[in-house]
Amino acid sequence: MTETYRIAIIGSGSAGLSAASRAAALGLSHVLLEKTDHLSDTIYKYQKGKHVMATPSQLVLRSDVDFAAGKRETILGIWGDQIAGHKVNVLYNSEVKAIDGEQGKFALQLTDGTMIAAETVVLAIGTQGNPNLMRCPGGDLPHVQYTLDDPGAYIDEHIAVIGAGDAGIENALGLAADPEQRNAVTIVNRNPEFTTAKDANIKALMAARDAGRVIVRTGTTPSLVEPGFITYDTPDGELKVRCDRVIARMGSAPPRKFVESCGVEFTSEDRVAFPKLSPTFESTKPGIFVIGALAGYPLIKHCMNQGHDVVEFINGNVGLKPADEPILEAKFRDLPGHKNVDEWLEYLRSNISILNGLTPLQMREFMLDSEARFYRGGEVIFERNDPGSSLFSIASGSVEVLLDPDDHAKTVPIAAGSIFGEVGLISGRRRGATIRAREDTICVEISRTAALKLQSSVPAATRAIERICTERQLLQFFGSGLVPEDLVDILDSYEILTVSAGKPVISEGDEGDDIFVIRQGSMIVEKKVGGKNVFLSYLPAGSYVGEMALIGSTRRTATVKAAIKSEVIKLQGAAFKALLTRKPQLLARIKTDMASRQDLNSFVEAKKDSFSSVVDMYSNVANFLVENGIGEATDVLLIDENLCVGCDNCEKACADSHEGLSRLDREAGRTYAHLHVPTSCRHCEHPHCMADCPPNAIHRGPDGEVFIDDTCIGCGNCQRNCPYGVIRMEAEPPKKPGLLSWMLLGLGPGPGEPSRKWSYKNADPQVEKAKKAIKCDMCSGIEGGPACVRACPTGAAIRVSPERFLTVARLDGDGD
Amino acid sequence: MSGPLQRQTARVRSDGTHEGFLRHASFRWLKIAGGISLIALLGYMMIDVQPRHNGGSWYGYTLGTIGVLLILWLSMLGVRKRKMSRGHWSLKAWTSAHVYLGLSLVVIGTLHTGFQLGWNVHTLAYVLMLLVILSGIWGIIAYTNLPRLMSANRDQTTEAQMLASLRSIDRQLHDAAQPLGQEHAALVQASLDQDPFGGGIGRRLSNRYPGCMTRYAHEQILQVTGSQPRVDDDPLEKVDSLLGRKRAILARTRKHLQLKALLEIWLYIHVPMTFALIAALIAHIVSVFFYW
Repeated sequence: MTETYRIAIIGSGSAGLSAASRAAALGLSHVLLEKTDHLSDTIYKYQKGKHVMATPSQLVLRSDVDFAAGKRETILGIWGDQIAGHKVNVLYNSEVKAIDGEQGKFALQLTDGTMIAAETVVLAIGTQGNPNLMRCPGGDLPHVQYTLDDPGAYIDEHIAVIGAGDAGIENALGLAADPEQRNAVTIVNRNPEFTTAKDANIKALMAARDAGRVIVRTGTTPSLVEPGFITYDTPDGELKVRCDRVIARMGSAPPRKFVESCGVEFTSEDRVAFPKLSPTFESTKPGIFVIGALAGYPLIKHCMNQGHDVVEFINGNVGLKPADEPILEAKFRDLPGHKNVDEWLEYLRSNISILNGLTPLQMREFMLDSEARFYRGGEVIFERNDPGSSLFSIASGSVEVLLDPDDHAKTVPIAAGSIFGEVGLISGRRRGATIRAREDTICVEISRTAALKLQSSVPAATRAIERICTERQLLQFFGSGLVPEDLVDILDSYEILTVSAGKPVISEGDEGDDIFVIRQGSMIVEKKVGGKNVFLSYLPAGSYVGEMALIGSTRRTATVKAAIKSEVIKLQGAAFKALLTRKPQLLARIKTDMASRQDLNSFVEAKKDSFSSVVDMYSNVANFLVENGIGEATDVLLIDENLCVGCDNCEKACADSHEGLSRLDREAGRTYAHLHVPTSCRHCEHPHCMADCPPNAIHRGPDGEVFIDDTCIGCGNCQRNCPYGVIRMEAEPPKKPGLLSWMLLGLGPGPGEPSRKWSYKNADPQVEKAKKAIKCDMCSGIEGGPACVRACPTGAAIRVSPERFLTVARLDGDGD
Repeated sequence: MSGPLQRQTARVRSDGTHEGFLRHASFRWLKIAGGISLIALLGYMMIDVQPRHNGGSWYGYTLGTIGVLLILWLSMLGVRKRKMSRGHWSLKAWTSAHVYLGLSLVVIGTLHTGFQLGWNVHTLAYVLMLLVILSGIWGIIAYTNLPRLMSANRDQTTEAQMLASLRSIDRQLHDAAQPLGQEHAALVQASLDQDPFGGGIGRRLSNRYPGCMTRYAHEQILQVTGSQPRVDDDPLEKVDSLLGRKRAILARTRKHLQLKALLEIWLYIHVPMTFALIAALIAHIVSVFFYW
């Protein structure tokens, strides 16, 4: 040991580089320790020619090293040159094994036995050394890999890329880029939406999918890896496909063992938790600082800014504000009380339960995407039926929910620390109730994207949100004067289960007394009658099942299986029974429901002999409809082909009610037993179209209709995401002459959608109308309701909600 | 049946979703129209008009006024169908009323004549009215019987898809016929050149195409291929199977067009006759008042 460095920087990634060059610029004695023989190993291992992005764009870069979006090679070249130019003291092939000692006299032991002395240590080692592993059976097979150096090295392979973050998407695109390689590339995203990847990457992936170069599977997880094959758990059930190579890019976690051995504490026990840090990046071990991805910041710009800042802090410049300080200052300017940005961040973080698990740094990033709001007592935060999908959390004060739109005295309070508006987060519905501040209140409004990001990066936040949502859902579903205190026991033992399409949650004849509440998706109830499955009924989200076995203490009387991929809340039978004894009102309600279900069962039993063919027919029709997406529909247009004369008046009426464009195609679509499901919006419970709308223009209206508002930018994502092909991209045609001028004078194209030729000829050349996404809005706001149904001359067109249509009680109507 | 189930059934029923225009609202308009006809008939028999029932008596005028107003209102269905205005109206209810009230015109109109018919403009209006009603009855029959045939025939394919697959087969035929000899190539060319749906409204309605070149070509080629062993790379075999497919698609498309035409053709009588009827009615009314 010869020299004691002022700063030892471990890791030469973007954070470490920036820190070292700042130290060099300030003339501090320093050493940059790099485990490999080259700088920035993470970026070095990016696939060849990868385009490195510079996000977030609003963030100012503050570093002695330059960085702009560009090719991996260019960026590494610039960094190499500038590090040399700044005369940074780099030690290659120096992997640190242990850090001992205290602030002022740290001893860094390298794997080759060398000892290095330093006053302070900056840990900038990132997380890439510790990737998240495949946990399904077969995940340890040799053809499962966690990095991809050169996508050009693989030819003629079926490759599955697991994880649709930036790394996964870039790998998939790289592997599929050259058609000459003849790779069949599939990318698998466990979520239905892309929550973690950069926008540009998602767009590129969607383009590749549309060009047929990449198969994108969302809402899918691998369930089994075998040599040559992989089995997926998809929303439509299990799927086994060929697969020669699995590239798992499911993120990475901090190398916790090493970091903890240095004396640094983490925020929680979660595998993906980050070290506890002060606003100056100092860990719980004085003298050890943590920056970059290990601090919870995976983006290069953040890393470089932190590298710059941490050296300034160590050098005594404690007054230095982070580069994003002005943005945050502006956000907090209107709040009462004189706190600085750091104090506000800490205040919000400690007072809001779902944010408790964030580090100060994550909190900073989180607040960049969110808004802090102040409401005076009595002020309305949002009104019932307002559009909005953001989540609110209460930092101080409290709010009240107005239960009855007509009676403002009926309210339920929500206290500080909790959240509200979470329903918008889940289904994109309009606000279900008006919320008013009870006193002066400070809230954080979290945009839908920020909330999804929060949930994917902080497991504790996910759990906190989930518990609150479950509690509210149960209160809403069961009603009957329940209060949150009643549910404490139940919520301590509940489970949320994801059920794939076609899988049962309850099987007829089984033992069991648990209650299942359908939280998302829908279920169908079937009963075996004379060896055949008879479709009993359809249960939309918000229904519950399992009460018959619980109350009647019998075996399960029917099979309940998922119509589409669904989520159920499983409540322990014993806990629920205890609740029922405490709440006779709830018991009475459940008994009423149960009686009607039992009647349905016996009705089917009674019918089976006399009308067995009718029962069969009914079951088949019901199954056909469920197969055609009625299982996730909330309102669907059906056409009785015994009555449809093909006049297309429904299409014409649709066009004439909506700017001259029809939102339905009567003739297309599937038909079974003269029941036709035309190409028209089903207003899905969880709309696929909403999944990836950049301007967030798709909402759910007060009557359940899913509609696209004027902010549509015409990107076409919704059209691609809709599995039923009901969204068109069209420019509004010019206005037609009135009906009388057409009837009497023959002016214009007549009722219905004008032909393209006419639209083109009559378009105003001065105005260029952009193509926008159009779809059925259930004629919301039009008196009289859906035009397609009103305009059907024979009564063939009907609109139904599946739970009303798909009940065996229909047998009576159809049996004649 | 037990209580809750009845409730459930009633709820489904009360949605009123699945009733055709004939059964609309449990035959509401059949009852109303029947009632009107019955009252008109009873009135005709009970009221002793001097010297006898005719269009010029007070009762005759009443029936005539009701009749002409009904005719004008019935013809407004054409406007109602095309005018997509707001409001709680249902075209199905309008159609239902149109059908039953239109049928009741037979009674009202006939009673209005007092059975005094002759070779004049008045009787012309009456005959035109009956023709309109007859074509309407034809329409009802077509509307009740043909949709299910059309649905079964098209079997989930759309008209556009049928035509697209025809075009695609034609392209394949064109390519597949290149290696054929002069005689067979000419047969295929004739099939390609012919408009398979041409030949006028008679062909369309009867669905008989005696001069169909596709069928002829296929039969001719079958005579050759039928007696030969099947060899995979024989171009004639390929053309044979393509022609077979084309015939199948043609059969379906022609059937589709036939049913569509049958569903529409009566309107080409019904609607122009209505205009003629209104013109004759004007002449009838003007002449009655002019020569009063």
